[in-house]
Amino acid sequence: MITIVLFIFAMVGFAYWWLWRQRVLEKPWAEVGPKADTREEIGRISSAAKTGLMFFLAVVTSVFALFISAYFLRMELPDWSPVMKPEVLWINTGLLVLGSGAIHWCSKAAASNNLRAVQVSLFATGLFTFTFIYGQLMAWGQLNDEGYYLNSNPANAFFYLFTGLHALHLLGGLWVWSRTTLRVLAGVELEEVRLSVELCRTYWHYLLGVWIVLFGMLLST
Amino acid sequence: MAHVALADRGQALSHPHSFITKYVWSQDHKVIAIQYGITAIAVGVVALVLSGIMRLQLGFPDTFSFIQPSEYYQFVTMHGMIMVIYLLTALFLGGFGNYLIPLMVGARDMVFPYLNMLSYWVYLLSVIILMSSFFVTGGPTGAGWTLYPPQAIMFGTPGAEWGIILMLLSLFVFIIAFTMGGLNYVTTVLQARTRGMTLMRMPLSVWGIFTATVLGLLAFPALLVSAIMMTLDRVLGTSFFMPAMVSMGEQTNYDGGSPVLFQHLFWFFGHPEVYIVALPAFGIVSDLLSTHARKNIFGYRMMVWAIVGIGGLSFIVWAHHMYVSGMNPYFGFFFATTTLIIAVPTAIKVYNWVLTLWRGNIHLNTPMLFAIGFIFTFIHGGLTGIFLGNVVVDLPLSDTYFVVAHFHMVMGVSPILVVFGAIYHWYPKITGKMFDATLGKAHFWLTFLGTYSIYLPMHYLGFLGVPRRYFAYEGIDFIPQSALDLNTAITISALFVAVVQIIFFYNMIWSLFKGKQAGSNPWGATTLEWQTPDTPPIHGNWGPELPVVHRWAYDYSVPGAEEDFIPQNVPESEVDKAAS
Ligand code: HEM
Ligand SMILES: [Cu+2]
Repeated sequence: MITIVLFIFAMVGFAYWWLWRQRVLEKPWAEVGPKADTREEIGRISSAAKTGLMFFLAVVTSVFALFISAYFLRMELPDWSPVMKPEVLWINTGLLVLGSGAIHWCSKAAASNNLRAVQVSLFATGLFTFTFIYGQLMAWGQLNDEGYYLNSNPANAFFYLFTGLHALHLLGGLWVWSRTTLRVLAGVELEEVRLSVELCRTYWHYLLGVWIVLFGMLLST
Repeated sequence: MAHVALADRGQALSHPHSFITKYVWSQDHKVIAIQYGITAIAVGVVALVLSGIMRLQLGFPDTFSFIQPSEYYQFVTMHGMIMVIYLLTALFLGGFGNYLIPLMVGARDMVFPYLNMLSYWVYLLSVIILMSSFFVTGGPTGAGWTLYPPQAIMFGTPGAEWGIILMLLSLFVFIIAFTMGGLNYVTTVLQARTRGMTLMRMPLSVWGIFTATVLGLLAFPALLVSAIMMTLDRVLGTSFFMPAMVSMGEQTNYDGGSPVLFQHLFWFFGHPEVYIVALPAFGIVSDLLSTHARKNIFGYRMMVWAIVGIGGLSFIVWAHHMYVSGMNPYFGFFFATTTLIIAVPTAIKVYNWVLTLWRGNIHLNTPMLFAIGFIFTFIHGGLTGIFLGNVVVDLPLSDTYFVVAHFHMVMGVSPILVVFGAIYHWYPKITGKMFDATLGKAHFWLTFLGTYSIYLPMHYLGFLGVPRRYFAYEGIDFIPQSALDLNTAITISALFVAVVQIIFFYNMIWSLFKGKQAGSNPWGATTLEWQTPDTPPIHGNWGPELPVVHRWAYDYSVPGAEEDFIPQNVPESEVDKAAS
């Protein structure tokens, strides 16, 4: 449970630090008038969608941190025997890095109103990400062929669980990606998809980070 | 740059006109709140009926042939789960959160109305899945609301066929619904506050709901994770939680799993869950006390810090539910310490409530009665909690009726009293009509004294060592006849309290049609929801202009002002005019 406790400490620490900056020490009863908000003063009215996404990522991190906690606790029991790590995972990691890079490029292109680049990079993002997921399925197939079944050892079960969950999150991202792509193909102003692309970028980078943590953990145990 | 509140940016809200878009597929936070509220109360009634059936068995054993041991376990489980999750969590956050947050912070709606609507329908789906488990082969699960493996999924436990799967599925769906709603609540508080509404000017109700939502967003994943792993154990035969076992003479295929791992995950969610229910109650009760005592809340800042502090601490106490699970005694010492530390901010809140009443101009309106009743039951449940937080005291009392009495006092009766108080308090705003005050007061006294006569005697049963989750107690040597008689008395009180709730439902429905017009601000309250141009507020809440906030939420009985309250949106210049 250490992992999740550390995560919670980080979240609570951040929340308290943030609250501190919101002047929780002020004496509200002593001040009258339409007082300016710290939101304005800091000059960063980040959009609601971004705030929502940040909280969503906190929820997802909580899920993964809990699974990782469970992983380490379960690993200590005697019946654990490590799972094979298919080579293809390395290629997949490369693909996900490319996907993340492509969406990053896309958000740059959207900011500079370069329609052609947006189209190409959106396409590349989808291509790399779908190939990544296909590659993960290949890894599953290899494990199955070698006899590492889901229910024959907890290490295997965790492997399927981690990879499956991660891929499901990517599929959720791809859903937003497909809607954005359709809108670009339908020819809407780039301005209107800029936010979606930015949100996708954050989400892809985040899931890349999660995958690197998971992959590192699987490799080292 | 002029501050443009988020709700006023972008395209104007479109106002739907057909009945369906207005009341069924509505994206209006107030309609969604009422949908959440009615659904939650409806399942709550199911849970109440189940508890009545359980009490019948305990009070009059061997009388009712339709209650067999397995049904008893199924009813205990469903009762507990429904009350905690599908009633209280949904009602406080989905119901009151939805209704109050946008109105209290001066927004036109939640920031993601579509997601908000989806949240309700997914919640309804989770309720339907849960209820359907009554009708499948084997019935609902009887594993206890804690769902501990291995027994939760072993055949022999009632509902091991389908009940447990539906329960896990329903929880999964509920968590998705909660997450969709929760993202809305936090983002609305952070992004859609109107001009002048700084964080430290928010009413404590919003602080409580906001913090509880953050807790929920971080804690429900633990339930999600344990539900996923348990489903895999049950359906695909993995061994996350399931140890090697022999069942009905046969070796199962499970091997090496850890039931204690489940307990850690479950309580990592389960303890914060207590505060997910309690913090909104704390916040709402603060506002009720202040309004009806015509006095500013005592120690507003400390109240905010206490809410936030309790929220943080609630994540490091979970193992106090596991003192008897055989974990390392040093852990027990650590968790007992953190548990007792939480008592400090909690006690501060209690003192502040009492000090708010001190020399206030107390109006014993119905909501106020419920709020004061809450202080009693909460102190009571809080004190027994300090007993149970200590390992040496908990060991003999664990799994006895003392525990049942404790948690019903602190997270059953107390939040329910706040729910009633809050419904009475905001009923005039929600419906535009006034409820019948005499019936309201009768409802309070009968409920308050009735629940005391249910739960006070249970503490004595606990001292005698009467175990919880038992179907029958006859023929157990250490349980005297007097304890069985006491059980009969408790059952009579419980049935009485259940029947008394008819007064409440009658009052709510009757007043809807026949109640007097309430006016926009019958209690003389300061917070923004009472200052809307229309009562009940229409879609979009405010007229053409959003309100501007000039002061904190507790300007009651300000010296020099003519009226004994100054609404949050009244500027200082207009107050002076009113001053005599
Ligand atoms: C008049 C109202 C109520 C009555 C008569 C009642 C009665 C009972 C009874 C008889 C049990 C089973 C005790 C046992 O055999 O171990 C029980 C368990 C429980 N009740 Fe209530 N209850 C009421 C309200 C509530 C409320 C409002 C909550 C909300 C938190 C609640 C939460 C629980 C929980 C969590 C359990 C434990 C279930 C389990 O052991 O798995 N109850 N209640
Ligand atoms: Cu606890």
